[in-house]
Amino acid sequence: MDSKVIYSRLNKVFRDVFDDDSIVVNPKTTADDIEDWDSLEHITLINAVEREFKMKFKMGEISGMKNVGEMASIIAERAKK
Amino acid sequence: MQYPFDSEYIIKKKKSIKRTLLADGSTRLKKRIAVFGGSTTNAIVDYLELFLLDQGIEPEFYQSEYAQYWQDAMFPSEELIEFKPDIVWIHTTNRNITSYPTTADSREDVAGLVEKEYTKFEQMWQKISETYHCPIIQNNFEMPFYRLMGNKDCSDYRGRSNFVTRLNTKFYEYSEKTEGFYINDINFISASFGLKEWSDPSYWNMYKYAMCFDAIPEFSFNLSNIIKSVFGKNKKALALDLDNTLWGGVVGDDGVDGIQIGQETGVSQSYYEFQSYVKSLKSLGIILTVCSKNDHENAIAGLEHPEGALKPDDFIIIKANWENKDRNIVETAAELNILPDAIVFADDNPAEREIVRQQVKGCAVPEMDGVENYITTLDRNGYFEVTNFSADDLKRNEMYKANAQRAAQQASFGDYNEYLRSLEMTAVIDDFIPVYLQRITQLSNKSNQFNVTTKRYTATEMEEVFASGDYIRLYGKLIDKFGDNGVVSVVIGHKNGEVLDMDLWIMSCRVLKRDMEFAMLDKLVSRCREEGIKTVKGYYYPTAKNKMVKDLYGRFGFDKISEDENGNSVWELQVGSYENKCHVIDVHGNDYIN
Repeated sequence: MDSKVIYSRLNKVFRDVFDDDSIVVNPKTTADDIEDWDSLEHITLINAVEREFKMKFKMGEISGMKNVGEMASIIAERAKK
Repeated sequence: MQYPFDSEYIIKKKKSIKRTLLADGSTRLKKRIAVFGGSTTNAIVDYLELFLLDQGIEPEFYQSEYAQYWQDAMFPSEELIEFKPDIVWIHTTNRNITSYPTTADSREDVAGLVEKEYTKFEQMWQKISETYHCPIIQNNFEMPFYRLMGNKDCSDYRGRSNFVTRLNTKFYEYSEKTEGFYINDINFISASFGLKEWSDPSYWNMYKYAMCFDAIPEFSFNLSNIIKSVFGKNKKALALDLDNTLWGGVVGDDGVDGIQIGQETGVSQSYYEFQSYVKSLKSLGIILTVCSKNDHENAIAGLEHPEGALKPDDFIIIKANWENKDRNIVETAAELNILPDAIVFADDNPAEREIVRQQVKGCAVPEMDGVENYITTLDRNGYFEVTNFSADDLKRNEMYKANAQRAAQQASFGDYNEYLRSLEMTAVIDDFIPVYLQRITQLSNKSNQFNVTTKRYTATEMEEVFASGDYIRLYGKLIDKFGDNGVVSVVIGHKNGEVLDMDLWIMSCRVLKRDMEFAMLDKLVSRCREEGIKTVKGYYYPTAKNKMVKDLYGRFGFDKISEDENGNSVWELQVGSYENKCHVIDVHGNDYIN
């Protein structure tokens, strides 16, 4: 999957979940950059991303992800198979 | 926000759904809900809030710190006491069971463990009930997701599945004997969702949720149904379409012999099963009506089909005509003296559903799609969720039927008083007695229209009123030649020296225009005289629904003392010069019963 497509779909999920149309995510985006992104909303976000890309993150991946870039590369990796 | 809802959409859009609901301009009951969690509750509470807002309740929440349910229940903080919950929900799951049996345990050991686990809960319920005097909702336990002994796990006394079942049974026994204590059946919901997916351990191990995330909307919806039922937001009537809803085919085109109902084919059996389900709803006190585009005689012929489970007699009102359905629904509500938002409209035709949804605000319109799904769709929506089940519920259909007969007779009298006298009405009006307390509480939570203060009482609060010497209380039960209407009116005032301040004056709309309110007033004044009360003060607080009693105290002969800019008014009556107003009802006291 083209990384541009992944980012544009991710962006839409972020805007829905955090109810904020001004959000623009990039590989460096982390929870610190988005006001409502706390540990409680993290699970909502993961769930919505999983549904959007019809895939599941493994437990280790979820706890290891440091920024949106890592999230996107896991999605891209999974899409190859 | 009704079943089958789109969980994906609700999860993703929860913030904007909440904004939209809050901005829709409807008035909602405000309720404080304390959540005592044994695992993470945040997302559950988020979705619970959405479903409650949709059901007419605006909740405010207190949530325990993570897994502090026991501490919060047993040693309430000042914050919690200040919060004054209207309802407490204990969110425990099998993750909170601390002492499962081991294979080394004897039968007696395990019986001891059951007792130990159970006692911890019972102590908690009693403490909560003493501290807050409010209803309690307690989860039962879902089945464990693995079975150490395989199939034997359910039958062997050392099995975890067996242990959970025994605990659940003890919870149910407590629930059966305790008013205001309700079980949230997560054992059913987890099974229905799929236990394997539900119990996905990663959600527990990563986030300390006791179920998977996708299951949370269904969980919250199921819970919201108990809460809205406790606070009197259940639906009262089911209005049914006929063709392709209660039977297969179109009776006007196919003829009575051509419709599909009975035992002949799979399709006709499915319709029969649905009719049987609807008939069982009636036995819960749900009012059934017909709302169908049909010639009246065809509708009746279809309902008289010998293979059908429902008969014309099962319906209080049959609207089979060619009017728009929204209009028929509004008229049905008016004839039943209920509000249109107390009706569920079941129709297989999406266009008819859309019209009713658009035109009749608050009317519930489920997606009836495929006869094989009808029962589940109605059932899961919890429109008629049973929390309190009184003897009156059982008789409600008879009472509405008798009302329809009264209306027919009324048409044949010239003078209204003559008509009232012909009803041969007898009332019992007296202080509360225990056998009616449940019904009295129920009425205080259900009455919206004939209700001057819209004050709601929980079962425990009503018991406190009953036990106290500071109140003058009256209930009224009305019987006439067509039947027993049961307890239809409740009046509560608290004594304040020589003044009686009225807290509550409610009456069921099924006895409107029968002079019952005057009979209640006569009795109230005579009780005031016995108690040395000189003045009765009445209060009217307007809501969206109680306009019909705006001038109730005026009609009673009270003087209006004040009215503020919001329409709240205060009224006074001097009891000394009062003369009885009701002359058409034969009134008795509690000794009349039995």
